[in-house]
Amino acid sequence: MTEANEPALVADALWRRYEKNEAVRGVSFSIARGELYGLVGPDGAGKTTTLRMLAGLVRPTSGTVRVLGVDPFGKGSAKVRDVLGLVPQEHSLYGDLSIQENLDFFRSLYGLSAKDYATRRDRLLEITRLGPFLSRRAAQLSGGMYKKLALSCALLHQPEVLLLDEPTNGVDPVSRRELWELIYEFVDQGMCVVVSTPYMDEAARCHRVALMHAGRFLREGEPSALVRGFAGTTAEIEGGDREALHQLVTTLPEIVAASPAGAKLRVVIVPNGQAAVAQRVAALGAHLVPSPPDFEDLFLFEINAATHAEAVRAA
Amino acid sequence: MSEHEHSIEVTHLQKNFGAFKAVNDVSFHVEKGEIFGYLGANGAGKSTTIRMLCGLLAPSSGVAIVAGSDVGKRPDLVKKSIGYMSQKFSLYLDLTVQQNLEFFGGIYGAWGKELCARIDRALTEVSMTDLRNEMTGALPGGLRQRLALGSALLHRPAIVFLDEPTAGVDPASRRDFWRLIRTLASGGTTVFVTTHYMDEAEYCARIGLMVAGKLVALDTPAELKRTLVPGRMIRIEGLGVLKALPKLRARDGVIAAQGFGTGLHVRIDPKRLEEGVLGEICAAAGAQVSRVETVEPTLEDVFLAAADGGAEAAIRGAEKAA
Repeated sequence: MTEANEPALVADALWRRYEKNEAVRGVSFSIARGELYGLVGPDGAGKTTTLRMLAGLVRPTSGTVRVLGVDPFGKGSAKVRDVLGLVPQEHSLYGDLSIQENLDFFRSLYGLSAKDYATRRDRLLEITRLGPFLSRRAAQLSGGMYKKLALSCALLHQPEVLLLDEPTNGVDPVSRRELWELIYEFVDQGMCVVVSTPYMDEAARCHRVALMHAGRFLREGEPSALVRGFAGTTAEIEGGDREALHQLVTTLPEIVAASPAGAKLRVVIVPNGQAAVAQRVAALGAHLVPSPPDFEDLFLFEINAATHAEAVRAA
Repeated sequence: MSEHEHSIEVTHLQKNFGAFKAVNDVSFHVEKGEIFGYLGANGAGKSTTIRMLCGLLAPSSGVAIVAGSDVGKRPDLVKKSIGYMSQKFSLYLDLTVQQNLEFFGGIYGAWGKELCARIDRALTEVSMTDLRNEMTGALPGGLRQRLALGSALLHRPAIVFLDEPTAGVDPASRRDFWRLIRTLASGGTTVFVTTHYMDEAEYCARIGLMVAGKLVALDTPAELKRTLVPGRMIRIEGLGVLKALPKLRARDGVIAAQGFGTGLHVRIDPKRLEEGVLGEICAAAGAQVSRVETVEPTLEDVFLAAADGGAEAAIRGAEKAA
């Protein structure tokens, strides 16, 4: 097969057009074995199309993909299907089969030995807490339980490259942690995992993350390094009436985003906007306390800036 | 306050599927104009409760009065007074925004000038007046979500049930969506909402926590934090801090320790343990600690405590509240 130090996934100048819509506009990246790579961005940024191209399901309009050195659209496409797993956002299971039957189906699909299957299945059922619901049909599962089953079915096979399209939507906080512990474990064993997610705490825990907007990468790198490069200010507004303050800050042009944090209000402020905001909140008997930014603040700031730049170009 | 001013009044509500008690003896009330959060793990019974409250599923026992009507006896009246939006909302993608609203308005029996006025009002409420002629299928997910909310508001419901309305929505669109919800509630509409985003739960006036069919806690976010996560919450940041979790958990005076984003949340009994010791434990486990600070617990801490053995304490809290 390939050298151990060769990247697991390479995308070069990937571009995908759907009629007039440019879904992905020239993205390039390289992901190593044992690396956890995150794709984040607003709806329509091009994350799902990128994952589909990596999986060989959507042919790029231009640009190339290599999975463990193999072109998924070339002669080696069968090889790629052996080593790659994809969990799409929806409908990857048989709704009229039970949890048990879905797992059995994927076992035969992957040709797992009875011993491997039993060990992996039991472990996955324990982690996902799906054990008590084995006879329930997939179509009758809640959104979160369905997600857990879909991920379990993909992990049975332990592919070398795993693509996860928003695997934790609708999954409760406890199960979400457990699923991520499971993902880390496979990454530690050398699996290359690419995950798209609307949860910024999940993005912050990836080795590297790409922030996508309108088909392009706005930023790519280690989450902590990206947060260190954050150009805005994050602060908490203390004192005063939270509701009145919330009303006020949504009208201030210096505020990128606001959300409640206990009795306080957490705000992301544009560069050099802090003094103006401090003055306005002081009038309501409150004050600003700077707070260390996190990845979600960075996301809100970058997407806001990109959307504004686009509006200016369009005008 | 008299019972009739409660938007929702639930007494010993129960739903059994065979031997399985999906909702097990649940009682609570929701006030008019309140944003009430209903949290719990997948399969805890949240959606089953909502289906009963919307008159879509008959209770096995117990009573639920929604907008003045008994869901078991007059589900038809309940349905007229409520709006419902689920995670898997249905819109026609090949119709425009306006046409979708006309369709749903027609279902609710509105027509002519009255329907036009209601559509205009709904579009204003969800800030989509400029988009009425856009094809629904061409809208990004966040806007479709807002349109689904708009269609649930057409018949001026007194109560809206939102079942994971923001699942899969990016952080900026989630904030936009919650701005609409807050405006609705301040106008007197009662909002009953479920979510798996614990930061969103902070918007709720009160929160009910479901564990395995039982309502184990019900209180304001601040009270839940005080009663369910006692002790002092310490946040630890730094490279490799996750490795220290087993050592921290074994330490006397540590009540709980969890990975939290890129760092740790460690809850200690300040009488038994100095905060500074935590950094030393992490360093001994090979981590490069960059920050150790006392923080306010989040609702995610509350959720984890309630779902994870803290349930007994939670039940006591709920009894006290009831």
